[in-house]
Amino acid sequence: MQVPDVFEYERASSVDDAIALLEKHGDEARLIAGGHSLLPMMKLRLAVPEVLIDINDLEGLDHIRIDGDEIAIGAMVRHAALLESALLAEHYPIFADAERVIADPLVRNRGTIGGSFCQGDPAEDLASVGTALRGSAVIRSSAGERTVPIREFHQGPYETAVGDAEMLVELRFPIRTHIGSAYAKVERRVGDWAVAAAGAFVQLDGDQIADVGIGLTAVGADGFTCPEAEDLLRGGPATPERFADAAQLCHDLCAPVTDQRGPEDYKRHLARELTRRVLHRATARARGEES
Amino acid sequence: MQVTMTVNGDEVTRDVEPRMLLVHFIRDELGLTGTHWGCDTSNCGTCTLWVDGEAVKSCTVLAAMAGGRDVHTVEGVAQNGELDAVQQGFLEEHGLQCGFCTPGMIMTAKWLLERDPDPDEGTIREAISGNLCRCTGYENIVRAVRWAAEHPAGADEEVSA
Repeated sequence: MQVPDVFEYERASSVDDAIALLEKHGDEARLIAGGHSLLPMMKLRLAVPEVLIDINDLEGLDHIRIDGDEIAIGAMVRHAALLESALLAEHYPIFADAERVIADPLVRNRGTIGGSFCQGDPAEDLASVGTALRGSAVIRSSAGERTVPIREFHQGPYETAVGDAEMLVELRFPIRTHIGSAYAKVERRVGDWAVAAAGAFVQLDGDQIADVGIGLTAVGADGFTCPEAEDLLRGGPATPERFADAAQLCHDLCAPVTDQRGPEDYKRHLARELTRRVLHRATARARGEES
Repeated sequence: MQVTMTVNGDEVTRDVEPRMLLVHFIRDELGLTGTHWGCDTSNCGTCTLWVDGEAVKSCTVLAAMAGGRDVHTVEGVAQNGELDAVQQGFLEEHGLQCGFCTPGMIMTAKWLLERDPDPDEGTIREAISGNLCRCTGYENIVRAVRWAAEHPAGADEEVSA
C-alpha cells in the first residue's frame, strides 16, 4: 500500500487566496490541481510537501479562448478539454496529437495543463508542445503578474520558473497564419511516458519556411528543443531533404540517456525519425493536404 | 480533518487524515468494497468511480479533494434491484471472468455512454484504454458495452427484442 507522508490540507477559494496560503506556509507548501503527477510522487516519498493547497475550486482558470493575437489557456484546463477543443484543433492540431497519447482518458479527466508544466518532468509531452510553439507562461504572485517565455520556463528536471508563493495561471500561444503543426511519440505501451517524441509547427510563405518551431521530448535536448535545426530550416524551401538535414541535427545534438525505456542510440534514432515525420505532417497541414 | 461528500446520493461525513486516498475512504470508511483497489499507481483503473460526473481513478484522488463533491460508485448503478444496461450487457456478453476489473470497466463504460450513446468499437477501446483486464477479456467487454448501447433500457428491452 502506497501512502503519502503526513501533510496539512488547505483548500483555496481563489487565485489570491491560493497565493496567500503559499505565502503563509512557505516553501514546503505545494499546490495540487489534478494531482496525477504529484500524488504518485508523494506516494513514493519523492515529494514530501508539508502542506497541500487544493486549487480545484478556483474559477476563471479553465478557459481556452482567443485573446488579442494569442490563444490563452487557463492553467486548470484538463487534458480532456485540450483534446476536445475545436479552437485548438483549428489553430494547433499539435495539441490533439499530443493529448491523444498522454496517459489514458481517465487520467486526462483529472490532469491539467498547468500541472503538467509545473511538474517539469523531462518526458512531459506538453512541455515540448509549448516549446515548439514558443508560447509564454503567465505567473502570478501577490506583487502582480509576470510573463515568461516557455523556452525559459523549464530550468531543469522538475525545476521551473515558478518561484515560492507564485502560481502559474495561464499559457499563451501566438496565433500564426499559413501554418501547420504536429506531434509524434513512441511509447512502450499505450499511456506510458515517451521513449522519445517530437513536435513541430511550420509556417509557410509560398514554398519557403517563414518560421518553424521544434520540440523534443525525453531525449535530453537542451530546453526541449534544437535551435540549430530551426535555424537551418527557417528561410529555406520546405523540402524532404532539408527536413532530413534538420532531423539529423536533432539526432546529433540531443543528449538522451540509456534507461529502462531504451538505449541511447535508439532514442537518437527516434529523435531524428520523429522530427522528420512531424515536419512533414506540419507542412502537409499548412498546405491543407492533411487534416 | 472532517470530510463531507455525497456518495450515491447520500451525504456522508467522516473524520480522516488528509493523506487518505478516496479509494480507501470509499472502501474502508464507507464499506463500499465494489470499488476495487489495484495497482495504486493510476494505471489499472479498477478503482474508477465518478466525481462530479467525471470518471476518475480514485487511487490518485485524496478523499479531502472529493469533499463537497458528488461521488458515484458501482454500488449506485443498479436501480431498485434492477441491473442497468451496462451491467446487463456484461451479463449477456460474458464481459467478465475473474471480475476484478469489472467495477472500473462498468464505471468507465457508463461515463462513455453518457457522452456518446452509440460508440463504435474503436471509441470503446479508446475509452477503456485506462482500464486493464488481465483475464484478456477485452473482446467480450467491448461487446458488453455495445450491447448496452443497443439496449439502453437494459434487460426490459432485451425481453421485448
